[in-house]
Amino acid sequence: MIGLEHVLAGIIISLGAFFLLVGSIGLIRLPDFFARTHATGKADTLGIMLVIFGLILTQGFSINSVKLLVIIVFVALTNPTATNALAKAAFFRRQRPWFKKDKSLGKKEDQEKKEKD
Amino acid sequence: MQKYFIYLSVILTVIIFIPLYRVLMGPTLYDRILGAGAIATKTMVLILVIGLVFNRLDMFIDITMAYAILNFIGTIAIAKYLETRGYKKE
Repeated sequence: MIGLEHVLAGIIISLGAFFLLVGSIGLIRLPDFFARTHATGKADTLGIMLVIFGLILTQGFSINSVKLLVIIVFVALTNPTATNALAKAAFFRRQRPWFKKDKSLGKKEDQEKKEKD
Repeated sequence: MQKYFIYLSVILTVIIFIPLYRVLMGPTLYDRILGAGAIATKTMVLILVIGLVFNRLDMFIDITMAYAILNFIGTIAIAKYLETRGYKKE
């Protein structure tokens, strides 16, 4: 017997797993370090929060759900903080952000060829 | 419900292996650290789901909290070191 809360939990957990997949693909596909920080800073945080919220729905009201809520708050505070600290360190170590007019990267040259054609 | 969580853990394992490409092939040092952090944050979810499969969630939650704190402290320490490395006092 599967209750309504289990169906709802399954839907929310699947949505969270989808956001985790999007974060992983973004970490591979985006062109620059500062662009990749968006993938882990926002998409991953939302995915983890959704999955743990779905686990709370399966547990009901108990000590486990309170601990899971503590984990949600901790992840929501620390994961963007760590990403921001890393981006700040990279910026102070003279990493240049990627612009569209930047000719030093290979992808831009392909885009210029497409624009000329 | 048990079977759903087993399938979910398999899918999460596949998702965890994707940022390993960025750790191994990353152009700069910061990309590698970012990929390692992404792997660690996704492993937290995998540990929780495995705890639900084994019906021992109360034990695995404490492991997850310790893992989250270790991941955060490690990333902050490496970022702080890289930020102030080679800093000259005038």
